[in-house]
Amino acid sequence: MIAPGGRIQIENVEKSFGANGHAMPALMDATLEIQGGEFICLLGPSGCGKSTLLNIVAGFIPPTRGRVLVDGRPVTGPGRERGVVFQEYALFPWLTVAENVEFGPRLAGRPPAERRELVARYVGMVGLSEHRGKFPNQLSGGMRQRVAIARALANTPSIVLMDEPFGALDAQTREVMQDELARIQRLELKTIIFVTHSIREAVYLGDRVVVMTRSPGRFKEVFSIKLPQARDRFAPEFTHYESEITRVLKDEVGAAHA
Amino acid sequence: MSNPTIGDRGRASALSTISDLMQWGLRGAPPPARRALGLRMGAVLAFVALWSGAAGAVSLLKLFNPIFLAGPWLVFGTLLQVARDGQLWGHIAATLERVVLGFSLGALLAIGLGLLAGASRVLDRVVEPVVELLRPIPPLAVLPLFIVWGGIGEASKIAFITYVTFFPTFLATVHAVRGVEPVLVRAAESLGARRGQLFVRVVLPAALPEILTGIRVSVALAFFVIVIAEFVGAERGLGYLINDGRNFFLVPQMLGAAVVLGLLGSAASFLVSLVERRWLRWERPSTS
Repeated sequence: MIAPGGRIQIENVEKSFGANGHAMPALMDATLEIQGGEFICLLGPSGCGKSTLLNIVAGFIPPTRGRVLVDGRPVTGPGRERGVVFQEYALFPWLTVAENVEFGPRLAGRPPAERRELVARYVGMVGLSEHRGKFPNQLSGGMRQRVAIARALANTPSIVLMDEPFGALDAQTREVMQDELARIQRLELKTIIFVTHSIREAVYLGDRVVVMTRSPGRFKEVFSIKLPQARDRFAPEFTHYESEITRVLKDEVGAAHA
Repeated sequence: MSNPTIGDRGRASALSTISDLMQWGLRGAPPPARRALGLRMGAVLAFVALWSGAAGAVSLLKLFNPIFLAGPWLVFGTLLQVARDGQLWGHIAATLERVVLGFSLGALLAIGLGLLAGASRVLDRVVEPVVELLRPIPPLAVLPLFIVWGGIGEASKIAFITYVTFFPTFLATVHAVRGVEPVLVRAAESLGARRGQLFVRVVLPAALPEILTGIRVSVALAFFVIVIAEFVGAERGLGYLINDGRNFFLVPQMLGAAVVLGLLGSAASFLVSLVERRWLRWERPSTS
């Protein structure tokens, strides 16, 4: 039932916005190869094009130049093998928790028994079994984002794209959600691209952290986080990565104000 | 502690939820259900009493011919009589048939076209100017045209109701579809939704609250214009009954038909509320 993580190749992707004469480059020359099951964090100052890149991989917007391949096939639009989790949750407010999670499998025409199983598994995985009959506006922000994660996973994608999913949550909820996501990833082994502007979050979750330059965004440096899977936010190695990435990122934020 | 206002609020809040308390705003705590019902019943009784008093005064003081202002007992008596000899039901059926057929046709057209126009920028640009051209024309101004085209039979009346009820629902639908959050569409697409599925499973449910608001206006409008349509060349219907009453100075019959129209209108709007409560449960789910 678990789809193995998909392979993503991002090849010389560029994106400019605006009219031809006055095109504003937002993203320059992004090239990255992501292995199946890898957890990639995209980190950078706001407006650096990290969400743009995620939207290109999701197939919501086309690149101006370059291409994205998923398991060797070029991305031309959104697809069910690439689940997306949005910062604003994007739950369907007229559906209950269970119905939201069932949405993808239902579209795909999966038989009812299988759908029930998927819903039970993923609603349970995010710890919301008791709330399965509730509507999104009865839930807290953290609970809503759990539903969104369950909804993406229940559609059995090989890739999950997450656009600052915990950005709207308070600090405590945020760390709880990071723990949950790390635990779920150990079970599911998806390929994940996770956009964030929190260094701590990136080091806690990522196998690799891609630091981007300020606008127009480029890949500045890629850090491989060689820490055990269950990470300790207070371990010296953790702090070491944090301070190293902070220094690289500081140049960018500083330069923006120069 | 001695402040009486805060004391009152404190007492009322014993039965309220936090979200109820947040809704107080300008008007303070809502009265207890029993007292609210009492106030409503009292207002209705007072109105009937005032009406009776006025009618009684006219006939006692001989202000003018009491036939012009029939009291409530006379009106209800007349209604009862027309109901007993069976005439009333035929008139009600005729009016309802026109309203239901005309409105259903109008709403279907409005929702169908509205969904398409709301989702397609090209179609929107084609349809909108035409609608904006027709919409400001008072509907009753084109009623004679419908009669010229369709005769004084059922077809012209139903077509007229269809025409009138189309606009509010159409405009609400277009507006609602334009307002569907793009992120919901993207979420559905990334879950594998094709274009048709997107309409049925995302656009329609997301637009439904506003569409129902349009439908509510359309229903009210249908009852509003059917009366006049029935003034002009009809042999049955509540509008006909009013017009017939005018010709023969039967004021109780006129008022009686008006009361029935009012009741039908309320019943129709109550039906819309039921649909809203059933389909829009997610907007205000009970907290339990």
